[in-house]
Amino acid sequence: MSAIPKEEYLYKCTSACAGCSSSLCLRYVLKAAGPDSVLVIPACCTSVIQGTYPGTAMSVPVYNVAFAASAACASGMSEAFAAMGRETNVIVYAGDGGTVDIGIQALSGAFERGTNFLYICYDNEAYGNTGMQRSGATPLGARTTTTPGGKPTTKKDLDRIVEAHNPPYMATACSAYPLDLYKKVKKALSIEGPKFIHVLAPCPPGWRYPTEKTVEMGKLAVKTGTWILYEREYGKLTINGPSKAAMRKPAPLEDYIRGQGRFKNVSPEILNLMRQQVQQNIERLSREEAGVC
Amino acid sequence: MLTIATGNKAVAAAVKAAKPGVIAAYPITPQTEIVEQIADYVAGGDLESRYIPVESEHSAMAACIGASVGGVRTFTATSSHGLLYMHEMVHWAAGARLPIVMANVNRALGPGWNIWAEHTDAFSQRDTGWLQVFVGTVQEAYDATLMAFKVAEDERVLLPLMVNLDGFALSHITQSLETVDIGDFLPPYHLPHAIDTENPLGYGPVTGPADYVRFRWDIERSMRDARGVIAEVEREFAERFGRSYGPTEDYRCEDADVIVVAMGTLGKEAEVAIDRLRDAGIKAGSMRLRWFRPFPDLDLAGREVVVIDRDYSFGFGGVVAHAIRSKTGIEPYSVIAGLGGQEVTYNDIADFVRNRRPGTETWFGVSDHV
Repeated sequence: MSAIPKEEYLYKCTSACAGCSSSLCLRYVLKAAGPDSVLVIPACCTSVIQGTYPGTAMSVPVYNVAFAASAACASGMSEAFAAMGRETNVIVYAGDGGTVDIGIQALSGAFERGTNFLYICYDNEAYGNTGMQRSGATPLGARTTTTPGGKPTTKKDLDRIVEAHNPPYMATACSAYPLDLYKKVKKALSIEGPKFIHVLAPCPPGWRYPTEKTVEMGKLAVKTGTWILYEREYGKLTINGPSKAAMRKPAPLEDYIRGQGRFKNVSPEILNLMRQQVQQNIERLSREEAGVC
Repeated sequence: MLTIATGNKAVAAAVKAAKPGVIAAYPITPQTEIVEQIADYVAGGDLESRYIPVESEHSAMAACIGASVGGVRTFTATSSHGLLYMHEMVHWAAGARLPIVMANVNRALGPGWNIWAEHTDAFSQRDTGWLQVFVGTVQEAYDATLMAFKVAEDERVLLPLMVNLDGFALSHITQSLETVDIGDFLPPYHLPHAIDTENPLGYGPVTGPADYVRFRWDIERSMRDARGVIAEVEREFAERFGRSYGPTEDYRCEDADVIVVAMGTLGKEAEVAIDRLRDAGIKAGSMRLRWFRPFPDLDLAGREVVVIDRDYSFGFGGVVAHAIRSKTGIEPYSVIAGLGGQEVTYNDIADFVRNRRPGTETWFGVSDHV
């Protein structure tokens, strides 16, 4: 941890909810990116977390833009900096709704064009800013305010969509492993072209667990194999430390979902489907890493 | 240099002279020729710009927003459905006080699919905070595009500007064009609130009512100041390059009893109608409305007015007729003509004048008049 700079670019006393893991992520993202960086932020929790005019909770420029527009706005900014010979990092920090749903067209366009920027999706698996409505990233069985009986369909596989654009670098991360996230942001920003990091960001009010469990919840997501930490550099897959052990012997899925109110009353059938999904995902990535396709 | 060009090529030539740092482009008929021509300029090394072939018009405007606040001059072009698709970002560009210049090739909206001239697309962006100018000739398309950058980027304005030209009726017709060596007519792009990591600011965060009201008022104050800036820039343009423009282009209005108010190519067509009417002893004139936002003060006192609207606000009336009525107190004869590229000749316009019934509305080509 000694490698992580002491400088803080996200100030204390933001408007985040208690136990907010996306703020934790942002803190490490900014430490990795450093002061010559710009954040482009669509409508999402961070629109609120950054504070209200005329204040700002960050010591880097923050450009707020409309919900669907962040990747396209970042494209323009990145090209402007290129035209001016500036090497400022352009980083989109967007929620899951702004990424997998309304923003996916702009995301796809920016990656296809080879835009030089880093897109970070912090994923709390619902529209958190508006009070937890289901998004395309909400997992099977999860209750939200618009899926009161539990979501009947599975989580959109954002990573495979991004992977289909063949970016030079993409990774998954989780708020419970900040050093891993820090290293991934550092590595991403050292590479030219479109980079993508998908961070699982557990959300106490949305997932309905006590605020002090926010780190534990992220660890359980990884230990159960529900969330797998990996990197893909120029297409080559590497499974990262904590997930290697978890994939060999995942903890029981119940350990992860038991503590979350959003999965209360999940039927045995849905639970079984959830288990199957975790297993399929582990097998797919294990096969790929072993070179067996 | 004297040449011939289409309206679209004239816009592209002006953009080449203005040297934007970033151009975001998405094709749509009848605008496509503009972004194709600019792509050729960039590919051939005639224009050193970063050309972003975006995946939608929403992203075209979003990319212009990012580039403009990033610190470079920006341009895009669109039309019709493209303009409507970017509508959210059209508002955003003005609210963010970014001097983006956009050519909008006026075209009707579906359904049914119609690719021909109509002004409803631009008028649907009326309240976004964009300056809007409408041109009537190929030369004016070039001149207005050049001036657009200077007006928009003026620190007293800092609002985006839309140059409107009629689909096909101007975008695809060929006229003579004199291009100019612009010299230092356009100063280097300078945005006071450009992104600077040495001076990190929050842009567009959550803003409470008291501050929000002040920001909205500031847009209106700049709109009002823009009238003077436009006049200054048009005067300087005339001094440097010899072509004069104003809020309206008035033709034989001095002693006219009746004045035709129209926009775009129909405003030019009206001039021919005026000559025919004058030949027949009718003291008519025409006033081609160039600026739509900010809307100019018009001197129509004591005249009868015939307004041609190539647009319509359903459940209300012609947009320009309404503007004339509210600005001057005159009850015009409101003619709805040219929708979806409907052909309107100078003879038709002369008939509008001959058959005028002030205070009423007529739909040209529809048998049941209102």
